[in-house]
Amino acid sequence: MTKISLNLITGRTIQQGVSMEGGKEKKAYTKACGIIEMDPSDMKKLNVWKNTNVRVTSEFGTVIVKAVEATQGPHPGLAYIPMGPWANMVIDPNTYSMGMPTFKGVPIEVEVAINEPIYDSQELVRRACGLKV
Amino acid sequence: MANIVSDVICPFCGTLCDDLEVELSDDGKKILEVYHACAIGAEKFLHSQAEDRITRPRMMQEDGTTKEVSYEEAAKYTAKILCEAKKPLMYGWSSTSCEAQSVGHSVAEAVGGIVDNTATVCHGSSLIAVQDVGIPSCTLGEAMNRADRVVFWGCNPAHAHPRHMSRYSVYPRGFFTGKGSKSRKVVVIDPRKTDTASLADVHLQLEQGRDYELLSALRVAFRGEKLPDVVAGIPKDQIYEAADLLKSGRFVIIYFGMGVTQSLGKNHNIDIAIGVTRDLNDYTKAAIMPMRGHYNVTGSGEVLGWQYGFPFCVDLSRGIARYNPGETSSNDLLMRDEVDAVFVLGSDPGAHFPISSVKKISELPSVAIDPHLTPTTAVCKLHVPVAFVGVEVGGCCYRMDNVPIESRKVVDPPEGMLTDQEFLEMVLAEVRKCKGV
Ligand code: SF4
Repeated sequence: MTKISLNLITGRTIQQGVSMEGGKEKKAYTKACGIIEMDPSDMKKLNVWKNTNVRVTSEFGTVIVKAVEATQGPHPGLAYIPMGPWANMVIDPNTYSMGMPTFKGVPIEVEVAINEPIYDSQELVRRACGLKV
Repeated sequence: MANIVSDVICPFCGTLCDDLEVELSDDGKKILEVYHACAIGAEKFLHSQAEDRITRPRMMQEDGTTKEVSYEEAAKYTAKILCEAKKPLMYGWSSTSCEAQSVGHSVAEAVGGIVDNTATVCHGSSLIAVQDVGIPSCTLGEAMNRADRVVFWGCNPAHAHPRHMSRYSVYPRGFFTGKGSKSRKVVVIDPRKTDTASLADVHLQLEQGRDYELLSALRVAFRGEKLPDVVAGIPKDQIYEAADLLKSGRFVIIYFGMGVTQSLGKNHNIDIAIGVTRDLNDYTKAAIMPMRGHYNVTGSGEVLGWQYGFPFCVDLSRGIARYNPGETSSNDLLMRDEVDAVFVLGSDPGAHFPISSVKKISELPSVAIDPHLTPTTAVCKLHVPVAFVGVEVGGCCYRMDNVPIESRKVVDPPEGMLTDQEFLEMVLAEVRKCKGV
């Protein structure tokens, strides 16, 4: 299976903001934030169609999200997951003794995971915390 | 005649727009329409009316289901976990009023807790840098009336502060900027061609995480010294051009966001951005301002500042106020298992902290006070829903430029629901009882 290495950053999008205020338990929030924006050239390298589920893995964790084409590109080599619990499954929690985790600039690997489910925000964190869902 | 409430404040982002109009039903109970707000602000008002809104506190049961409890029981439970803990973390505070924050701080003092706000994952780096080197800043009104060179560094207001450009930074006609956007040159520095970058006159698409290098290069360019051919992925000619563009302005304003505060370098990135601003003042007038996220995270810093002298990460567990980000900051405390209870109000660490920290919260006695269902309420032992500040109750809030603005109540909260301030007062009374004060 092909795997590609990218540099991950996170941040706000307007869809993230709107769906967050609409309720983080709703589908719209998963649709807005349970995604990874990739440059078309990187999608080609990975051999993945738009809107396919992929597994994102870093030194710190792993998460299933939907691969979509970059909306604010081009940015080859760079991947973007909107801020939220999906991004936070893989970002670097190190604060280097100043309080702030390293939310931007995390090395990740991406591989196709067509049959894996994308959980909604509540189920995602409950599972990750070992709580009943 | 339509029942319209005017001059409503939007309680979402740090832009704190104060020109909203909200149309109510004739009996004044339902919000029908929100005018002038951006999509996020409008959704916030409309969602408060959702049919499926939770209106009573709920305790999580062993089997993962929840059980409704009264506000009195909820206040007792909250007071109990705070009093029993040696070092409880009281986190959030950015989506509530200054009045509620102040009551929360009294609780924290009584139980010897740690008070930290969302700056810890947002502009904490900026606050540290400001303490190190100071900050030449201004208000948004000054920027609107004077700034003819506008820099957005590592921030994307088109998405995160949707009306910032139209109300203050790019489009409005000000006293010395009579031609609106035509009187301004906009420079965006971002590793992506963001929607803000596509509106800019100049976009420097730097390599991610190389902000410090590029900021240093600008300082070199201002002085007319030699640069290597490429810095941070940007050819030197572009850097010299950008430096000249900024120097030639009458008033430069630099807005910066998470792109610099959350990338490696963190507070040092801000140090040098402030250095750039100081340098520019040798040639023209320049100011710099953080793009604060939550509508009242600035207020939380202000209230903590005037009460304890520090804007976040305040440790009250020893009976005096201590401050040491890296030690007394939420994520470090959680990761090192240094807190034994977690109280969250007006924020969602479940969604916005690294998952390793969220796991720690789920293992501790915990309470989340939030109008919404969130990943935090999904892992905390108790969820206390409260009225929306700025929609169902007023209160003081601080805009990103430290200007206080009184938010307004538009409708009543659902029958029997408390505001966060009322709930905190109940908790305070319980805490005082159990501490015998
Ligand atoms: S820009 Fe910010 S404060 Fe203004 S309406 Fe939008 S969300 Fe509200």
